[in-house]
Amino acid sequence: MPLPAIRQLLLALCWLPMAALAEGSLSAEREQALETLLYQDCGSCHGMTLRGGLGPALPMSRMNAYSLDGLAALILNGVAGTAMPGWKGLLTEEEARWLADHLQNDNPLDE
Amino acid sequence: MTRHAMAMLPPVLRKPLAVSLLALLTGCQTTTNAELRGTGDLGVVVERATGSLAVVDTSHHRVLDRVEELGDLSHASVKFSRDARYAFVFGRDGGLSRVDLLTGEITHRVMQSGNSIGGAVSQDGSLVAVANYEPGGVKIFDSETLEEVAEIPATYRDDNGKAQRSKVVGLVDAPGNRFVYSLFDAGEIHLVDMSEGNPEVTRFTDIGEAPYDALIGPKGRYYIAGLFGEDGLALFDLWHPDAGVQRILPDYGRGEERLPVYKMPHLEGWAMAGDTAWLPAVGRHEVLVADSDDWSLVERIPVHGQPIFVMTRPDERQVWVNFAHPDNNVVQVIDTESRQIIATLTPGEAVLHMEFTPRGEQVWISARDSDRVVVYDTRTLEEVARLDSESPSGIFFTNRAHRIGL
Repeated sequence: MPLPAIRQLLLALCWLPMAALAEGSLSAEREQALETLLYQDCGSCHGMTLRGGLGPALPMSRMNAYSLDGLAALILNGVAGTAMPGWKGLLTEEEARWLADHLQNDNPLDE
Repeated sequence: MTRHAMAMLPPVLRKPLAVSLLALLTGCQTTTNAELRGTGDLGVVVERATGSLAVVDTSHHRVLDRVEELGDLSHASVKFSRDARYAFVFGRDGGLSRVDLLTGEITHRVMQSGNSIGGAVSQDGSLVAVANYEPGGVKIFDSETLEEVAEIPATYRDDNGKAQRSKVVGLVDAPGNRFVYSLFDAGEIHLVDMSEGNPEVTRFTDIGEAPYDALIGPKGRYYIAGLFGEDGLALFDLWHPDAGVQRILPDYGRGEERLPVYKMPHLEGWAMAGDTAWLPAVGRHEVLVADSDDWSLVERIPVHGQPIFVMTRPDERQVWVNFAHPDNNVVQVIDTESRQIIATLTPGEAVLHMEFTPRGEQVWISARDSDRVVVYDTRTLEEVARLDSESPSGIFFTNRAHRIGL
């Protein structure tokens, strides 16, 4: 590998953590896909408006009863003894945190 | 131009006149449906994101009309009136709407619960029943006026002996103006007899853990509930209600660990082929084939993902299967004789539902995230048409009006 390339890589690596802290490193496309997943696929049990179905409703108040990390862990691991599966086979920790953050702060069901 | 004025014209003139008027008055909603026509080749596509219903013509692959303002259709299902003119739309938000397929009008609409999942029309066509999650139970309405006829709370005692209401799933019509449904939270099957006008409820308890959906066969004899809480299904023989509910295909997974279930399978209609019934396995990439005589397990067919709908072409020669997220861009076709997968099709992203034309020469498939409905020829397995539709989900054709359990 030529030296300038390595330098560029190092420079990029220096910037990455900062960028991750500031805005998250998920691409806009991935965030869009996660939003579709939330309302359409999580929505198949929790309702497209999050008002519930076979699974419970997910209003903002209920979502904020958890910590961000706790909610992300619940999404990744599921809830034993219920129909809520663990999504860790399909989602990274960062993606689960994005969903948790969305449910806590951008939740359309402001109840 | 009114219907009355049309009726006075000689029949031979009606259609050309309607067509020329249509050309004159393009954009005027009331004339678009003035054409005299039957409903046998009509159907509807639920557009879940926009809360609308596309009225479709299966002979010409056309969207005839779009009916809007039907509320939250995120898990909506549809049944048809006995005359196959009206569609009953069961919205997730508890809305029950009666839609005239010929005029595109919502003739009646009631908000009958907070959260509902589906419904059924009685054998005589006079009643429409709705399965509700919140509050858990069944409501029954007059099918012409949507006036409430009966309310049946789905009550049960929980482990602490406390009275609770359960979410109701798998509501179907059965011969004798009866309805059958399952209680998700209680593990019960209830039979409601409406033949005398007032509901008479018979309960069957301990039918299995967490029934998630159910179906009834075309003869209205066997009601089968799928169980989420265990490997197996619950079978209720309506010819012998005294025999109770029996467990079938117990331990079909033979102790092998399940995969995470990202979407509940659906049981709809009856995937029968000869003497076998075809069912989705829960949490496994398998379609189960059972002997419909003694209900023993004949075969577990490995498929592309976790099956959602397992549906037989009307002639029973093929079974079409779609899958749960994240394998939901694929549909597989299984030959029922050889039990081999003969095609793997990719109609689009997030395939949600499939509906065969009445005699099965074509199948319509909804691809939610591709915003389209794709029509295949079931003989050549080639795509023959494509219709634009925003977030399409359930597809329902009017021939269901005359079939038990659909």
